[in-house]
Amino acid sequence: MTITPIGTVSCSLILLFLSALLVPFLRGRQHFLINISFTLASIASLLGAVGGIWAVGSGITNKLVLPVGLPDLPFHLRIDPLAGFFLTVICLLSLFVSVYSIGYVKGYLGKRPVTSLAIFYCLFLAGMLMVVLADDALFFLVAWEVMAAASYFLVMFEDERIENRRAAFLYIVVAHVGAIAILLSFGVMAGLAGGFESFSGYTFDAMRQAQMPVQWAAAAFLLAFFGFAAKAGVVPLHVWLPEAHPVAPSNVSALMSGVMLKTAIYGIVRVTFDLIKVFPWWWGAVVLIFGLISAVMGVLYALMQHDLKRLLAYHSVENIGIILIGVGLSMIFTSFHMPLLAALALIAGLYHTLNHAMFKGLLFMGAGAVLHATHERNMEEMGGLIHSMPWTAALFLVGCVSISALPPFNGFVSEWLTFQAFLLSPALPSPLLKLLIPLGAALLALTGALAAACFVKAFGVTFLGHWRGHHNPRVQEAGLTMRAGMILAALTCLFLGLVPTALIEWMDILTEQLVGAKIGTTAGTFGWMWLTPIAPDRASYSGSIVFLGILVVVAVAYFLLHVKTVAIHRAPVWDCGFEKINQRMQYNATSFSMPIRRVFGFLFSIREQVKLTPRAAQPVFPKKINYYLRIRDRLWGWLYKPVVEISFRLSRRVGKLQQGRIQAYLIYSFITIIVLLVFSR
Amino acid sequence: MKVYPFIIEFLQIAVLLGVAPAFTGWVRMLKCWTQGRTSAGLFQPYRDIVKLFSKDVILADNASWIFRFTPYLIFGAAVLAGGVIPMLSIDLPLTSTADVIVLVALFAIARFFTALAGMDIGTAFGGMGSSREMTIASLAEPAMLMAIFTVSLASKSTSLSQMVHVIYSGQSVLRPSLVFALLAFILIALAETGRIPVDNPATHLELTMIHEAMILEYSGRHLALIEWAGMMKLFLFAALGIATFFPWGIAASGDIGFIPAAFLVMTLKLGVAGAGLVLIETGLAKMRIFRLAEFLGSAFLLATLGMLSYFILE
Repeated sequence: MTITPIGTVSCSLILLFLSALLVPFLRGRQHFLINISFTLASIASLLGAVGGIWAVGSGITNKLVLPVGLPDLPFHLRIDPLAGFFLTVICLLSLFVSVYSIGYVKGYLGKRPVTSLAIFYCLFLAGMLMVVLADDALFFLVAWEVMAAASYFLVMFEDERIENRRAAFLYIVVAHVGAIAILLSFGVMAGLAGGFESFSGYTFDAMRQAQMPVQWAAAAFLLAFFGFAAKAGVVPLHVWLPEAHPVAPSNVSALMSGVMLKTAIYGIVRVTFDLIKVFPWWWGAVVLIFGLISAVMGVLYALMQHDLKRLLAYHSVENIGIILIGVGLSMIFTSFHMPLLAALALIAGLYHTLNHAMFKGLLFMGAGAVLHATHERNMEEMGGLIHSMPWTAALFLVGCVSISALPPFNGFVSEWLTFQAFLLSPALPSPLLKLLIPLGAALLALTGALAAACFVKAFGVTFLGHWRGHHNPRVQEAGLTMRAGMILAALTCLFLGLVPTALIEWMDILTEQLVGAKIGTTAGTFGWMWLTPIAPDRASYSGSIVFLGILVVVAVAYFLLHVKTVAIHRAPVWDCGFEKINQRMQYNATSFSMPIRRVFGFLFSIREQVKLTPRAAQPVFPKKINYYLRIRDRLWGWLYKPVVEISFRLSRRVGKLQQGRIQAYLIYSFITIIVLLVFSR
Repeated sequence: MKVYPFIIEFLQIAVLLGVAPAFTGWVRMLKCWTQGRTSAGLFQPYRDIVKLFSKDVILADNASWIFRFTPYLIFGAAVLAGGVIPMLSIDLPLTSTADVIVLVALFAIARFFTALAGMDIGTAFGGMGSSREMTIASLAEPAMLMAIFTVSLASKSTSLSQMVHVIYSGQSVLRPSLVFALLAFILIALAETGRIPVDNPATHLELTMIHEAMILEYSGRHLALIEWAGMMKLFLFAALGIATFFPWGIAASGDIGFIPAAFLVMTLKLGVAGAGLVLIETGLAKMRIFRLAEFLGSAFLLATLGMLSYFILE
C-alpha cells in the first residue's frame, strides 16, 4: 500500500480517537494520563500537518469512502489542496498547543480531574480535521457537531462557576442556530443537484456539477454565510465568542480562537468558490461589508476590555473580519472575471488565516502562562511580569508585534497584501465600487492602528511597569513544555514574515484551482527575498531585508556606542521630580483606552460615574473617589434582547398547555387525533 | 550589478544622518526669529547630541530590556526608512525593499516600541504619553492611507521610486487630486512628527506633552539616539513630501555626477519646507487633545476628496 496524504491524515484521526478511548482507563493516574494523551495529540497533529503540507505542495486530490453513514449515503472523505491548506493551519497550531498543554494542564493536578479535558480535547481536534476532510453534507454536519459538542464540554470544563455555564449555553445556542442554517443551505444545494427524492445530491461532487438557478444559489449562499458567520463570530453574531473563549482552559482557547473559527472560513470558501463557483458581485460585497464591520468593531470592543483573554477573544472577531475582507474582495474580483486580482485577494485572506492561527495561538498560550502563574485574568491587577517571566514576556511580545501588523513579522505580510488588493480595486468596471471600496482600505488602516494601540495596552499593562494588585503572588516562569510550544509558534510567526514568497508559491495551487490564476511573487536579484505581487513596479516588499537592515543598524549603533564604556547607573524613577509615586498611579487598561473611548464612545452604551466623598473640613480635597464604568455592547440590546424576550414570552404562553394532569394530556391527544382524521384522509 | 546606486544609497544615508540635525536646527532658528528671540544657531542640535553621547546613562530601577532596546530600534527604523525614500536619486537598491505602505509601517514599529518604553517604568506620565500617542496614530493612519491611495492612483504603484518616476516624467499638469493629497499629507505629517498644533516638541509642561512624556526617563546615549531619530523623522517626512509632490531635481538615473546638483536642490527645498513648517507652528496654537479627532478627520476628508476628484476630473 502506498502512502498518500489522505492515508497520513487518516492515521492522525485514528490516533486521536484511540487517545480519546484510552484516556478513561488511565483515570487513576492523572500525571501519566496528561503525558500520554497530549503526546499522542502532538504526534497526530504532526501527521496531519505532514499530510496537509504534502497535499498542497504537490497538488494531490485523494478520496476515500467509508462504509458507514446512511444506507444510500456513505461517508465521503476527500483531501484536495484547499482542504490540505486548512489541515496544515489546524494541525500546525494544534501541534504547538498540544506540546504546550503537556505543561499547562498539569496546573490542574490536585485541583480537579482532567480526564474529561483530555478526552474532549482529542475529540475536538478530530472534529476539526473531519470538517475539513468531509466531502458530503452529512459527514460535514456530523463532524461539525462533533466539533461543536466537544468544544462545548471544553468551555464547561470548570463548570462550578456560573459564568462558564452561561457562556457555554450561549455558545451552544448560537452554534446550533448556525448549524441549522448550514443544514438548510446544503439542503437547497442538494435538492438542486440531485432532486429531493434521493440522497445522491448530498455529496459535494454532485453539488459541484449542479447548475443552480441564480435566486436559489443566492439563498444557499446567504444561509451558508449566516451559518458560518455565526461560527466565525462575525459581528453581529459575535456575542458568544468573547464569553466562551476566555472561560475555557487557555490551551483550548488557543485552539478555539486560532483554528476552530477557521473552519468557518473554510466553509465559506468551500461553498462559494468550490461548490457554487459562479456568483454575482454583491455576494462578495456582503462578505466584504461584514468583514469590515467585524474588523473595526472587533478591535474597538477589544480596546475596552481589561480581561486579558477577553481582549484576545475580541481580537479574533477583528481578524476574522480581516480574513473576510480578503475573501470578499476576491469574490468581487472573481465575479468581474479578474482572476489575477482575485488570486491576490484570496491569497491575502488565506495567508492571514494561517498567520492569525499562529499569532493568536501564541498570544492565548502566553495569556495562559500568565494565568497559570498569577491566577489572574484581570489586567488591572497585573504589571511588571517581564521581570519574573522573561521568556513568556518576550514570546508574548512577538505575538503582539505580529498581530499589530508590524514588519518584519507575519501579520504585516497579509495586511500588506490585503492593502494591495484594495489599491487595485480601481481596475473594477463599476464606478460605484471604484469609489466605495477604497474607503474600506481606510477602515482596514484604522483597524491596524487601533490593534497596535490595543497591544501596547495589553503588553504594557500586563508585563511592564509595577505589579498593580494588592497582594503579591509568587510568580514563576512557565515550564519547559509550555515554553517550547510558545517558542515554536513564535518562530513560525517570524518565518512566515521573512519568507512569504516561499509560502505563497506553495499556496499557488489553491488560487489556480479556485479562481484560475496565480500571482507572480518573486522579482529582483535575490528572487525569493522580494514579495512582488502582480508586477515589480507595482509594489514590492522584502521582510527579510527589512529585518536584516534594522538588525545591522541596531548592531552597528550598539557597538559604536559601547566602544567607550560609559557607566550605567540605576536610580529611582525621576518622574519630573515627583517623589511620592506608587504603583496605583500607573496607567492601567481603563485609563489607557480612555482617549479612544472618548472618540469612539458613540458606538457603545457607556455609563460613567464619578462619586466624590468630601471631607468635612476641606471640601476641596475629597476623602474618597469612586469611579464606576460600565460598557455594554449596543447590539445585545438591539438584536438579542428582543429575541430572548420574545422566546421567553412564547414559551410562557406555550407553558400554559402543561397542566401537569393526565386528563389534560389525554384531551390534547384526543383532539390531535380528531384533527388529523378530519384533515389528512 | 551596477556599483553607483549602492554608493548613492550610502551617500543618502550619510546625508540623512548628517543633515537631519541641521534641518531641526534650521526650523528652531527660524522659529526663534519669528518669535523675536535670539536663536542658538543652526548647529545647536549637533552640540546637544554630542553632549548627550558623552554623558553617563541613568536607568530607572524598574527599567527592563525593552527600555534599553527601544532607542536602538527606533534609530534603526529611521535609518532604514531613509534608505527607502528617494532623496538624491530614484535608482536606489533599497527602494524595492519597501513601498510606501511598508514605510508607514516602519514608523509604526518605532512608535509601538516608544509607547512600550513609556509604559516600562511605571509612571503616570509615561502611560499618559503612550496612550495619547497611540490614539493620535490610530486616527492619523486612515488619513495617511487615503493620501497614499490618492497618489498611487496617478502612478498605479505604491513603490516610491515608481511614484516619483511617474510624476517626474508626466506632463507637469497640476493635478487636483495631488493638491488635496498634499494638504492631507501636511496635516498628517504635523501629527506624525509631533508638531504644533498636535504636540509641542519644545514643552515639558506635564499635562500637554505627548512624545516627551514617553521619553521622560531617558538619559545619556539612549536619549541622544532618540533625539537623533526624532530629528531624522522630521527630515524624512519633509523628504517624503518633497519626493511625492515636488520631485523635480532628484537625479533620475544612477549617475553619480548628478548627485551634487540633486543635493543642492534638496537643501533648497528643505529650507522652504522648514520655513513653511515654522509659519504653521507660529500661526497656530496647540489644540486640545480631543479636538484632534476633527483635525485628523479633516485630513481624511481632504484625502478622500482627492480620490474622488481623481475619478471625476482626471
